Amino acid sequence: MSALALGFADQVTNAQQIFGAVMNAFACPGSLQPLPSDLDPPRPLSPELAAIALALADHEAPIWIDARLAAEPAVAEFLRFHTGATIVSRPEEAAFALVADPERSLPVERFALGTAEYPDRSTTLVFAVSDLSEAEGWRLTGPGIPGSRIFLASPWPRGLADIVRANRTLFPRGLDVLLAAPDCVVGLPRTTRLVEEI
Amino acid sequence: MSTHVSAAASPEAGYNFAYLDEQTKRMIRRAILKAIAIPGYQVPFASREMPMPYGWGTGGVQVTASILGRDDVLKVIDQGSDDTTNAVSIRKFFERTASVRTTTHTREATVIQTRHRIPEETLREGQVIVYQVPIPEPLRFLEPRETETRKLHALAEYGLMHVKLYEDIARHGHIATTYAYPVEVAGRYIMDPSPTPKFDNPKMHLMAALQLFGAGREKRIYAIPPYTEVRSLDFEDHPFRIQTFKDPCALCAATGVYLDEVIMDDRGGRMFVCSDSDFCEERRSAGHRGSMLADAPAALTGDSTHA
Repeated sequence: MSALALGFADQVTNAQQIFGAVMNAFACPGSLQPLPSDLDPPRPLSPELAAIALALADHEAPIWIDARLAAEPAVAEFLRFHTGATIVSRPEEAAFALVADPERSLPVERFALGTAEYPDRSTTLVFAVSDLSEAEGWRLTGPGIPGSRIFLASPWPRGLADIVRANRTLFPRGLDVLLAAPDCVVGLPRTTRLVEEI
Repeated sequence: MSTHVSAAASPEAGYNFAYLDEQTKRMIRRAILKAIAIPGYQVPFASREMPMPYGWGTGGVQVTASILGRDDVLKVIDQGSDDTTNAVSIRKFFERTASVRTTTHTREATVIQTRHRIPEETLREGQVIVYQVPIPEPLRFLEPRETETRKLHALAEYGLMHVKLYEDIARHGHIATTYAYPVEVAGRYIMDPSPTPKFDNPKMHLMAALQLFGAGREKRIYAIPPYTEVRSLDFEDHPFRIQTFKDPCALCAATGVYLDEVIMDDRGGRMFVCSDSDFCEERRSAGHRGSMLADAPAALTGDSTHA
């Protein structure tokens, strides 16, 4: 029997740091925010995905995991133990959706978009990617961005452009997206628009 | 008051860092994230009982407690002033429960909690300003039912608000709303900027700092991300105008700032001074002198060359 991987070394401080990074990521869409994670979760769950889940999910905020994560039972066990969150199989019930395989298509239309009266009741998608860059890529505009901002994720999550485009027509409903690479995170809240694609 | 950054002693025993328990913080943090993603929309949250009465900033305090980190430097103002009861007690609360550093200087603060003013000094990127909000719903006095105001926001049906402003014009000849002046955020939601004087509304437009709003009794959190368009509602023939003041600050001679009236005696004597105490002090220490600024006695300043 393998031992359960540890959670945050200092729960109060670590959770605040991770939240701070995510808050700044949503406040400044497209900008790289440092995300220090000292976790060593069961793979294929990345330390950054694990940190975001441990900082923000609990029994009031269920988690959905993609097929690659679901294939490894230790992942769900780790998340359940440390967050107390339910791991749901229905995407529409999830507050957070963790995606370890961004190149595989997601049941995007099934995640919660919120309602016209309560648009906040929507799923936040968290993608693990290997690299994030501000040097080249897509041009973003929207609240939180003075003028425009350049951003690229690799691999580019499948269907991400469709999600961002749908957010424009659905607003104020929509899906908020986080992209987490080693040691950093980028936010694409539903207000962010793609003006130029590469 | 001229306290600089002060390091607080070790935190009060028996409390979690910044008073709130971790589960409460997570719940508030999730609400803050959704609030930032939907600028101007009021996110409901499970507001907790705080060790202070409603109306003393229970919403702002919960937001501040949830975002505060050990390295943050906190400034708290009440009507622009660092040294009034509400500001002093909230600052002490966080010194004792989070042992964070506090300051009166706008420039040094990373988190600024405010009861109804925005500092005169331009806020910068990376700072967060937390507003204490009594009534978050701008339509509440026009439509008392929450179910209906929700629907009006969902449909972006804001005609009612314009009727209210129009009635101001019909009755007074101009828009008489001077505080809690409604704004439109990022072209979508109509929002109550909390009872700040409308003088501060233009500062919200494209502000570099993140703006968070917490209403404890009404259990709502909302936000304006940095660099977001904030438009004060008006009419083509009655454009939005801020208050102007005839004379400069009587202590520091500043113009173009928001002034408080101070009654001097019972014969109509009065002076107008900066509402932002830190701004006024810094100007005075830089040598600016207003018309009513007196010299402190040498015995107090300890400056013998003045005697």
